[in-house]
Amino acid sequence: MQEAATAHAAEAAHGAPGEAFNAGETIFHHLMDSQTLDLPFVGEVHLPVLHIGSWNLPITKHVVMMWVASLVVLLVAGIAARRRAMVPGRLQNLVEMLVVFVRDELARKNIGHGGDRYVPFLLSVFFFILACNFLGLVPYGATATSNIGVTATLALISFVMTQAAGIRENGFGGYLKSLIPPGLPAGILPIMIPVEIVGLFTKPFALAVRLFANMFAGHAIIMALISLVFILKSALVGFFLSVPFSLFISGIELMVAFLQAFIFTMLTSLFIGMSAHPAH
Amino acid sequence: MEFGNSLAHLGAGLGAGLAVIGGGLGIGKLAAAAMEGSARQPQAVGDIRTSMIIAAALIEGATLFALVICMILGVK
Repeated sequence: MQEAATAHAAEAAHGAPGEAFNAGETIFHHLMDSQTLDLPFVGEVHLPVLHIGSWNLPITKHVVMMWVASLVVLLVAGIAARRRAMVPGRLQNLVEMLVVFVRDELARKNIGHGGDRYVPFLLSVFFFILACNFLGLVPYGATATSNIGVTATLALISFVMTQAAGIRENGFGGYLKSLIPPGLPAGILPIMIPVEIVGLFTKPFALAVRLFANMFAGHAIIMALISLVFILKSALVGFFLSVPFSLFISGIELMVAFLQAFIFTMLTSLFIGMSAHPAH
Repeated sequence: MEFGNSLAHLGAGLGAGLAVIGGGLGIGKLAAAAMEGSARQPQAVGDIRTSMIIAAALIEGATLFALVICMILGVK
C-alpha cells in the first residue's frame, strides 16, 4: 500500500503543479472504500455494480480484498491440511501452532467444557481477520478491516454466535435468566434490566469499533508520514523522517495486525464462555 | 470555513488528546500492576497476561468510543 500510495501521491503532485497538495484528501482517498482497484502493471480498474432485483450492490475495493483474504486462508489452510505428515513441514508447523494456540489458549481456557465445538468458528474469525489485516501491508492491497461495515458485520456474527451458544447450553428460559445477574432484589430490576440490555449490545459495538479504529489509525499515520514529503517539498524529510518512521510504524502495524485478530477472537471466545456458562 | 465547522475541528482535536491521556493513564496503571504482580509471582504470568489483555482491551474500547466521536466531528 505504501509504494502504491507514494507513486500515486507523486503522480498527483506532478500532474497538477498548480494545485496545492491536500494531505487530508489524499489520506482519505487511500483509506476509504472506493470502486477503483489499483493493480500492478494494469493501473486502475473500475469495478462493476451488481444489480440483483431492485438492489444495487457495488463491488468495492474492500470487497475484493475480502475475497482475496478468504482465498488466501483457504489456500494456506488447505495446503497445510492436505500434506499432513507425522513430522510436520514448515507450513504445517506454522498453521498447526496457530490452530493449537486458538484451541488451547482461547477456546478451552475461556469457554471451558464444550469449548472444542466453537473452535472452527473461532479459527475462521481469527484467520480471516489476520489475512485482512495483513493485506493492508502488502503493496496494492487495502485493509478491509479498516472499513466500519466489515468490522460491524464481523461483530454481528460474533454477537449472534454468542447468543446462540447461550440458548443452546441453557435453553431459552435459562438464557433469559442468565441475562440478569442472580440474587438481585426485585426493586432494582427496573434499573438493571435496561442496563443489562445496553450492556449486551455494547460488547459487539466495542468489538467492531476496536478493530476498525486500530486498523484505520495505523494506516492513517503511515499515510500522514508519507504526506509530509509532499507538504514540505523536501527529499531530505523523506529520507531522514518519512521513510524510517513509516517503516517503524509498519513494523508496529505488523504486530497490531496479529494483536487485533487475537483480541477479537479472544473476546469472542470470552463472551461465548460468559453466555454459555453464566454461573462462573 | 464557517465558524461552527472550525469549532467542531477544534473540539475533535482537543477531545482526541484528552481521550488519549485517559486511555494512556489507564493502560499504564494496568501494565504497572500486571508487571508487579508477575514479578512477585512468576508462576502466575500466564493468567496475569490473559486478564491484563482483557482489561486493556476494555479500557481501549472506552477510549476508542471517544475517538470515534472525535472522528465524526473531525470530518464534519
